Amino acid sequence: MSERLLVFDEVRLSFAGVVAVDGVSFDVNAGELFAIIGPNGAGKTSIFNCLNGVYLPQEGRINLDGTDLLGLRPDKIAELGVARMFQNIELFSNLTTLDNILLGRNLHMKSGILSSALYFGKAKREETAHRRRAEEIIDFLEIAQYRKSLVGMLPYGVQKRVELGRALAMDPRILLLDEPVAGMNLEETEDMARFILDIQEELQVTMILVEHDMGLVMDIADRIMVIDFGRKIAEGTPDQIQKNPDVIRAYLGEEFETEGLDDEAPASEGSRL
Amino acid sequence: MRGRPALFTRYEADSAMLPTITQRVWLAIGLVAVIGAAVWLPRDWLILIATAFIAAIGVIGLNLVTGYAGQVSLGHAFFLGVGAYAGAAFGGEATEKLVGMGLDVIFWLPLAGLTAGFIGAAIAPIAVRLRGLYLAFLTLGLVFLGEHIFREWESVTGGPGIGRKPGVLRLAGWRFDLDGQIAGYSVTREQQIYWLTLLVLIIMAFAAKNIVRSRIGRAFAAVRDRDIAAEVMGIDLTRYKVLAFGVSSFYAGVAGGLLFTVTGFVNTNSFNLLLSFTYIAMVVIGGAASITGSIMGAAFLTLLPRIIDGAGGVLPFLEVGSTGLLSTSQLERIVFGALIIGFLIFEPLGLNGIWMRLRNYWKAWPFSY
Ligand SMILES: Nc1ncnc2c1ncn2[C@@H]1O[C@H](COP(=O)(O)OP(=O)(O)OP(=O)(O)O)[C@@H](O)[C@H]1O
Ligand SMILES: [Mg+2]
Repeated sequence: MSERLLVFDEVRLSFAGVVAVDGVSFDVNAGELFAIIGPNGAGKTSIFNCLNGVYLPQEGRINLDGTDLLGLRPDKIAELGVARMFQNIELFSNLTTLDNILLGRNLHMKSGILSSALYFGKAKREETAHRRRAEEIIDFLEIAQYRKSLVGMLPYGVQKRVELGRALAMDPRILLLDEPVAGMNLEETEDMARFILDIQEELQVTMILVEHDMGLVMDIADRIMVIDFGRKIAEGTPDQIQKNPDVIRAYLGEEFETEGLDDEAPASEGSRL
Repeated sequence: MRGRPALFTRYEADSAMLPTITQRVWLAIGLVAVIGAAVWLPRDWLILIATAFIAAIGVIGLNLVTGYAGQVSLGHAFFLGVGAYAGAAFGGEATEKLVGMGLDVIFWLPLAGLTAGFIGAAIAPIAVRLRGLYLAFLTLGLVFLGEHIFREWESVTGGPGIGRKPGVLRLAGWRFDLDGQIAGYSVTREQQIYWLTLLVLIIMAFAAKNIVRSRIGRAFAAVRDRDIAAEVMGIDLTRYKVLAFGVSSFYAGVAGGLLFTVTGFVNTNSFNLLLSFTYIAMVVIGGAASITGSIMGAAFLTLLPRIIDGAGGVLPFLEVGSTGLLSTSQLERIVFGALIIGFLIFEPLGLNGIWMRLRNYWKAWPFSY
């Protein structure tokens, strides 16, 4: 379980003046649930965009199990096993839940235009086989009742689940979750936490979780990295992070420094820092 | 699960094109009616409806690239032209000035489609970098370029003012474009063209339906709705855009190859911007991202002039001789414009949207939900 799957090494990404990711390094082990936290605008989503190949960092190295990801197109990176759930829902809203999840299977499907046009033999068998896998995911995420609904019409919490399903359908080696419970009520948050833990335990998918809900992160993450203004300021287990003075300073500002050093003060469960 | 036909126990059945027996029966009845109608329809109506069948093939093509894959193309007229001339070159008769290989329709029609398809796929990589308005302008440029080439390339097109005959509808010595005898029954040229174009439309429409319900169609929709998310899910944007343009141009090529067999003559100035706009209008009025809608849009706009002509005898303000307020052709253009605007504003799902709503209403009747 301690084999390194992802290496993110001294990555630097800047946009005309703004340095979004400033020499950040971290490793993620296979099977691990690694969390990245930090204030708004710290560069968390930018790290995901570098991993996905949506942004091309100016410096650094990103390596997934021996393969360099830097400079590859997003679709190639997806084929190597990187899947993602977006911060703002990025579903294909004119399609049904089922079609969205089947799109996650697209990279495992091979039928060309001719066999698709005939929809006969191989193409049909392939559709059916992948439909079966899509249905397993639909059952797993408990969204069977929305199977044939257009996702644009579904409640927010369900849309988030469909997006998780679409990413899972890719059978990824590593799953990037960008604020999966943002805007959710307590019940929806608990459901999502359960799904994330099930994905880790049953499907053994490695995950990177970006989340503002400290209670959730402290509860389920194996290790946490804290970033602020594009820089890494701490890394460790939830316990270590809760006691780290730099973290407390970054979150609460200088004036709370002395208070924050107190062992009792850091993020209590459920609070949103 | 006998006795419960609406309960699907297999994924194949659930994702079938026509999942219920009722739908299959209705389709069969409809097809028999459309095929049989040719027996009593007058010649001019047969030709008009055959033109609608052919237009429907072209509209399906445009709908694949624009409605499904979301890539606006004003260049459809160009690909119709390529199909028309490729069809004429492969299937037409050679003269001392014109190339013509005189192939049978079963060869020249696919070749017309493939020629247009390959040109479409070859141009697509340039188009793929552009989107929205820029893509519209690029494809518009294609129409002007095409008009120029069609005027100048006289050995294929005959040149302006002269033109040429299209590919010949001939198969193993049988002529579809002449009156003939089948098993003692006489069939007219118009009936044969009607049935032949209907057959091609059915094949092309089913193929398109299959494409859009398979992985390729889903990928088209993904590229249209959210290209970044699509890419992050492993969809190669360039590949699917090239594919969409290629398939769309193939359909345009087949439609273009057939379009002028009806009149028997191809003129070099037929493939202008107005033709592209007419096809866009048929997509909009029929319904974007719908194969059925494509057919409805094509039928509606092809038959519209005839309907308005008919209204000429009834509506008092229309010109009779030269005394009325409007000529029928003026009214035609006004109605055309008003329809496009009306559909864009009030019924973005087009005729297909209206049809779906009516169908759902009758399914639920007498309940309103
Ligand atoms: N495409 C872009 N162009 C310019 N600046 C950008 C771009 N994307 C991100 N940034 C900047 O990079 C910084 C980091 O943004 P990022 O979205 O990664 O933050 P975040 O940690 O995900 O924040 P949040 O918690 O609000 O989601 C911000 O200052 C942002 O304005
Ligand atoms: Mg973010």
